[in-house]
Amino acid sequence: MSAAQPLAFADVPAIPARYRLQWEPAQQGWVLLFPEGMVKLSASAAEIVKRVDGRASVDEIMHGLEQAFPGTDLRGDVLEFLNAARERGWIEICNR
Amino acid sequence: MRSATGNPLWLLAELTYRCPLHCPYCSNPVDYARFGTELSTDAWIKVLREARELGAVQLGFSGGEPLARGDLEVLVREAHGLGYYINLITSGIGLDEKRIGALRQAGLDHIQLSFQDSTRELNDFLGHARTFDLKSRVAHLIKQHGYPMVLNVVLHRQNLDHIEQILEMAERLEVEYLELANTQYYGWAYLNREHLMPSREQIARAEAATARFRARVGGAIKVYFVVPDYYEKRPKPCMNGWGAVFLVVTADGLALPCHQARILPGFDFPSVQAHPLRWIWYESAAFNGFRGEEWMREPCRTCPQRSSDFGGCRCQAYLITGDARNVDPVCEFSSSHQQVLQAIERAQARSADEQPLIFRDDRKSRELSGF
Repeated sequence: MSAAQPLAFADVPAIPARYRLQWEPAQQGWVLLFPEGMVKLSASAAEIVKRVDGRASVDEIMHGLEQAFPGTDLRGDVLEFLNAARERGWIEICNR
Repeated sequence: MRSATGNPLWLLAELTYRCPLHCPYCSNPVDYARFGTELSTDAWIKVLREARELGAVQLGFSGGEPLARGDLEVLVREAHGLGYYINLITSGIGLDEKRIGALRQAGLDHIQLSFQDSTRELNDFLGHARTFDLKSRVAHLIKQHGYPMVLNVVLHRQNLDHIEQILEMAERLEVEYLELANTQYYGWAYLNREHLMPSREQIARAEAATARFRARVGGAIKVYFVVPDYYEKRPKPCMNGWGAVFLVVTADGLALPCHQARILPGFDFPSVQAHPLRWIWYESAAFNGFRGEEWMREPCRTCPQRSSDFGGCRCQAYLITGDARNVDPVCEFSSSHQQVLQAIERAQARSADEQPLIFRDDRKSRELSGF
């Protein structure tokens, strides 16, 4: 895997078309489905991925999360997760 | 038992044993010709609904050749409505412009297309049908219609030395995923084992070429290289454990914990027409047969690896040692490990023309069924 540049606040991430984020009642959790595999997301990871819509920037995603979960410093964790998710191909950059 | 048992995540629907190809490593049972009639459309819809309710979410439509079923579009539509992520596992034969569009409309998520080789000669020889040009056209159609594409090539002694051309073909076809599946010796492949078993050097060269390719293409193509387990010292964690996440329903309606399990004697695999899937998954003796560790013998019973490899594959234990309860003989601690090593040696020593390759077809299958 070629080392990608870390995400910038202005970058707009999107979920590639071949991935699908879905709530699974049997697992009581969100899963990311893709060819030949799936990943069960933790509750906090799911909160981030749900906001990845190809329109919101990294900064806007962080802002949305801060509003939903006030009083927590989550910017570092969110950035770390998004970078890791991009490494794995779960998200890509589709800058406006 | 039930409390410890998770729900199925993968459903493999083997819609039919009919297939226009005759590959000598086909994973269908060698005696498929003796099995009963195929499930009806309604019976499949019931299976899809019940499995989804249990939690299955990844769905493969397979066969045989699933396109041989005229109701594939109906089943895809139903599955899509239920929320499955749907994969069509196909030889490409029968996938014309009209059907590929109809399947997309119905909600098919991706397509896994097989090639037998990167050369027309060997591809057409192994499938015993002229399909190379057709498959190439189908690959373009898949891309045109915007599907993610998995290219599947089964590897063995006859084509491993073409690995570099196979990798180039994946790049040329612009696939997103490449599955290089070394032959697993079950079904027809077990019959043809001595023709198919590669040398250690062939595998090493193929692994090195694959590593170079991965480094070059980066994330553009995800390559899965399934290692041939006869060359391993520890067994594969087959199916992630018996009855753990994987559920197969065969063309004639048997529920199985893996593709091969119907070869195991003493198991009464339940029919989806006679029982609800919930009962089959959680309660049936067949699905509970090798769950957990109770069934294990030595050396598994006290092995630190037992919770990660589950003693390996029950079907391989049966095929090679005659008893499905033994440790998978791929394991170096198996008292039958020598038989695996001997099979490798025999395959290297014999000249490939002593006995012809056995191609999968109905006549041969009837013969192997004993009628």
